[in-house]
Amino acid sequence: MTPAGSLLAAHDLRKAYGSTPALDGASFSVHPGEVVAVLGPSGSGKSTLLHCLAGIVVPDSGTLTYAGRDLSGMSDAERSSLRRGDFGFVFQFGQLVPELTCLENVALPLRLNGVKRKQAARTALEWLERLEVDDTAAKRPGEVSGGQGQRVAVARALVASPKVVFADEPTGALDSLNGERVMELLTESARSAGTAVVLVTHEARVAAYSDRDIVVRDGRVRDPEFAV
Amino acid sequence: MSIGHTLLGLLESGPRHGYDLKRTFDEKFGHDRPLHYGQVYATMSRLLKNGLVEVDGVESDGGPERKRYAITDAGITDVGAWLSRPEKPEPYLQSTLYAKVVLALLTGRSASGLLDAQRSEHLRLMRVLTDRKRKGDLADQLICDYALFHLEADLRWLELTGARLDQLAEVIAP
Amino acid sequence: MTWLRDLGIGMRFAAAGGREGWARTALTAVGVGLGVAMLLVASSVPHLLDQRSERDRARKEAPVSRATEDVPKSDSTVLRVSAATEYRGLAVEGFLMRAEGARPVLPPGVAAFPESGEMAASPALRDLLASSEGALLRERLPYRVTSTIADAGLRSPGELYFYAGSDSLTPATGGHRLAGYGDERGGEPLQPVLVVLVILICVVLLAPVAIFIATAVRFGGDRRDRRLAALRLVGADIRTTRRIAAGEALFGSVLGLLTGAVLFLVGRRFVGRVEVWGHSAFPSDLTPSVWPATLIGVGVPSAAVLVTLVAMRAVVVEPLGVVRGGGSHRRRLWWRLPMPVVGLAVLVLTGRVDEFTPVDPYPIAVGAVLVLVGLALLLPWLVGACVDRLHGGPLPWQLAVRRLQLNSGAASRAVSGITVAVAGAVALQMLFAAVGDEFEQITGQDPSRAQFHTFSETVSGDAATRTIEAFRSTRGVEAVIGTVETYVTRPGKYGKDEVAPTTTLSVGDCATLKELAEIGSCEEGDSFVVHPRGDKEASDWIDETARKGEEIELNPTRDWLPGAKSVRWILPADTRTVTAAPDPLGEERRGIMTTVGAIDPRTLPSARTTAQIKVDEGVEDVSEYVRNTAARIDPGMRVATLASTERERQYASVQTGLRLGAVAMLILIAASMLISQLEQLRERKRLLSVLVAFGTRRVTLGWSVLWQTAVPVAVGLLAATAGGLGLGAVLTWMMGKTVTQWWLFLPMAGAGAVLVVAVTLLSLPLLWRAMRPDGLRTE
Repeated sequence: MTPAGSLLAAHDLRKAYGSTPALDGASFSVHPGEVVAVLGPSGSGKSTLLHCLAGIVVPDSGTLTYAGRDLSGMSDAERSSLRRGDFGFVFQFGQLVPELTCLENVALPLRLNGVKRKQAARTALEWLERLEVDDTAAKRPGEVSGGQGQRVAVARALVASPKVVFADEPTGALDSLNGERVMELLTESARSAGTAVVLVTHEARVAAYSDRDIVVRDGRVRDPEFAV
Repeated sequence: MSIGHTLLGLLESGPRHGYDLKRTFDEKFGHDRPLHYGQVYATMSRLLKNGLVEVDGVESDGGPERKRYAITDAGITDVGAWLSRPEKPEPYLQSTLYAKVVLALLTGRSASGLLDAQRSEHLRLMRVLTDRKRKGDLADQLICDYALFHLEADLRWLELTGARLDQLAEVIAP
Repeated sequence: MTWLRDLGIGMRFAAAGGREGWARTALTAVGVGLGVAMLLVASSVPHLLDQRSERDRARKEAPVSRATEDVPKSDSTVLRVSAATEYRGLAVEGFLMRAEGARPVLPPGVAAFPESGEMAASPALRDLLASSEGALLRERLPYRVTSTIADAGLRSPGELYFYAGSDSLTPATGGHRLAGYGDERGGEPLQPVLVVLVILICVVLLAPVAIFIATAVRFGGDRRDRRLAALRLVGADIRTTRRIAAGEALFGSVLGLLTGAVLFLVGRRFVGRVEVWGHSAFPSDLTPSVWPATLIGVGVPSAAVLVTLVAMRAVVVEPLGVVRGGGSHRRRLWWRLPMPVVGLAVLVLTGRVDEFTPVDPYPIAVGAVLVLVGLALLLPWLVGACVDRLHGGPLPWQLAVRRLQLNSGAASRAVSGITVAVAGAVALQMLFAAVGDEFEQITGQDPSRAQFHTFSETVSGDAATRTIEAFRSTRGVEAVIGTVETYVTRPGKYGKDEVAPTTTLSVGDCATLKELAEIGSCEEGDSFVVHPRGDKEASDWIDETARKGEEIELNPTRDWLPGAKSVRWILPADTRTVTAAPDPLGEERRGIMTTVGAIDPRTLPSARTTAQIKVDEGVEDVSEYVRNTAARIDPGMRVATLASTERERQYASVQTGLRLGAVAMLILIAASMLISQLEQLRERKRLLSVLVAFGTRRVTLGWSVLWQTAVPVAVGLLAATAGGLGLGAVLTWMMGKTVTQWWLFLPMAGAGAVLVVAVTLLSLPLLWRAMRPDGLRTE
């Protein structure tokens, strides 16, 4: 069932919180280096789909393969290790550790992967420069603007050279100018690094930065690749 | 867009040949649809007739004859009046899309399929515009954004209509 | 009256904030309640001591107007002799009594005078005797319990006390005549050393309580700030939010006050069952004095409001959120450092306290309080200064350190409590150890040779022998060194300024004598002159009396007691002179020693029997068998425990008590640290979920939580140890003692480590829960 050449593919995912179904037979796939937008009204199950794809939440049923490995059969530790090594994350807000400086925040995924502090700081600074926020390096997240903070978050998502970046409403808390810039930098950096991006959004203008889009409605996905 | 006013405005900085005018216009405004020569000459002859421009001179370096146009005082006044006059917002009432949705409902076809198809088409165009915006200069970005915002508005309408299809069906086909 | 309205709004928030609000209010109420209950207990101590000493005085013998005068015998006079004993480490006090007339005076709490063979016992003694636990004591006190001593006649509910009737007691056999009860003279003032100790104990125990109350008032502060921010959004100004916060604090603390009062009232019903170092109290004794109680009632809510307002000064509640100013303002050292230094200076300037001069307690109290509170104030600065210098290290360490750098306030506040408790406990323990060790050093007793020493004035040489025999046949007794002793003099007439040469005569068997002197061979009928080792002058003085082949006067009272008969004995000419060996009391016995074959002890007119008894400590209740034997021989025989274990146990119990108190404080502090830790985790749920999304290991976050607790506690314990050792050293010096045990802080440091681990372990479940991805969904 996995579409040929896909990096991450899900088929017939189901997940319920209590008695409310969040995903009701969702299928999805993303190819290496591809930017896919997940659209849909709020409450449609977009975020749950993202959490399932990223191995944060275990679906109740369905198959989930990443690079040929069965994700749904993995232990928590294996999934954590996968998230550390192969995935990156950008959320809407509240994702930077407030007591760490922006540089330390960006270095965090590298440190989690066991990179030495100095080396991690060097790489992190490079990414801050690429995202044009190297002036925030020594500041704490509380001291930078929302747009800057979100760029720091993008830098953090990309710093460990992940294969997939999961972005959940990355511009939700930003004005359109800042939002556009963040999207531009995110998709540009991801494309140049060959990183796939799964982009959850309800804004069409943000989704327009993708190569392809799918729509989630009532926990079901309309993915043209699966459409018969 | 009023091509006459735009060409007049371009002439305000100095007299130009018709070809020159077309090139400048295309560069600045005509990414989607470059002006046709015929359109330039038709417009210029209308402006000449109305006394808004005058022929500044004729050149022919062995080739075809080329007129140089210059703006008149009446023309300058006209440009000023055009710029200061607000454009009438377009209400887009009774759009084609609405008609399609109603017809789909009336004829028992899938209205939501129609909406989805339209959404895909809109998004495809938005993706193209976004791509162009990313590669282009500031002028490109502003022009594309204008279109993108309109398309986004359409998309919102598509989404809202999608959520209200059941309601709509009851109203028009009880 | 807008402020009244605002206070009211605050109270309503506290009372009707839904489940969350109630949880917070309840938490504050319980925290404050615990503190208030402890304060109420403390404020009852003066009343408790008054009541105890009043009852104690009431059952003492009424003083006679002139000390030299004997009480004349009358219809109401009573003869009595103390029959105090000890049972399995518990003191049992009591008297044998005999009425001299038809209307004997009754001691307080006793309804009827006990007939011979009967006794009035305290409820605790009655229960003990009735239980299987008291079987051995029943042998020693074989009287029938006919009445119970009422509370008025007892110092404390757990006291073991009795009045037993006797029909054989006479003044000659030790009976003392009394005409009434009640000694209205005030007791002696507390020893200066004790005053200092009591002051220190109060400070050490109450300072953490105060800190705990202050912490309890802040429970849930972050949540409250957010709620106030919401109020600002709908138009409340900053003053209004402060007043509302004050109202909330007021409600919580008043609820806490009530909780405390209820805890206290309920708790004191059970106080009779609680024994502290062999003391207990009647519920009615635990009545708070008026002033301290008023102070608590007014002070705690005011302090709560004050703490809230001060805490809110560091926070700006804006309509769209809360801005903490805490990070920006630096803690200043200049006013924090002088406090403990000045405290130590005050103590040093007060100078040494000796054991008897009444001491002015105020400088000592002020000094000790300054040192301890100064340490508590110094701590936030110290924690901040230490944490600011930390950087690098592994990820969990970095997370913890950064967190503390951003906001170490809550942690330092909790740790301040630890600092005071531990520093105080360390100082007190050092003091106790110094006092206790000194005692042990002086005695130099050798418990490996004998553990008991009995002493009886029974005026009969025969009884003395029987005593030794009786002890020999007592279960668990391995050896008895028993002698009959008397003083002997050189016969002759002496002038006014002259002193008759005198020495001791000890009569015992060969085995006994070998324990006392380096005799070598010994046969029944032998006598020895025993010289002290290396003391020529004393040896010559002995030889003045102990002239071999000459007569010796055996009745030491002959010279001054009219009508006393002279008893003479000739020291055999072949008597050997030997050197003394230290006996189990650590004393050297000297003089003349003879075997029973040489002198029949029964012929000695004024002898007393002493016995040193060596027991097999492996035999259970061996002490009780020895005491029972003693009581059987002579109810008035005194039994002393030779081994220094008795005193040691007292100091040990004080130390244990201190340690327990300090540990209780640590637990209280651990509770408040845990609560703030949990609060922080709940607040950071989203962030934790994000970190989990990034693939952060649980271990990483677990360690960071551990370090976050461990760093401030380590700094606190370090400061406490340094401060405690300093204070302890100065106080020990003031008492004129030397520090003997520098390592007493180790158990406290260990307890601190345990606390860190416990707080971490207890917060882990919530950490795991907060790490679930739900946090990402909430928005």
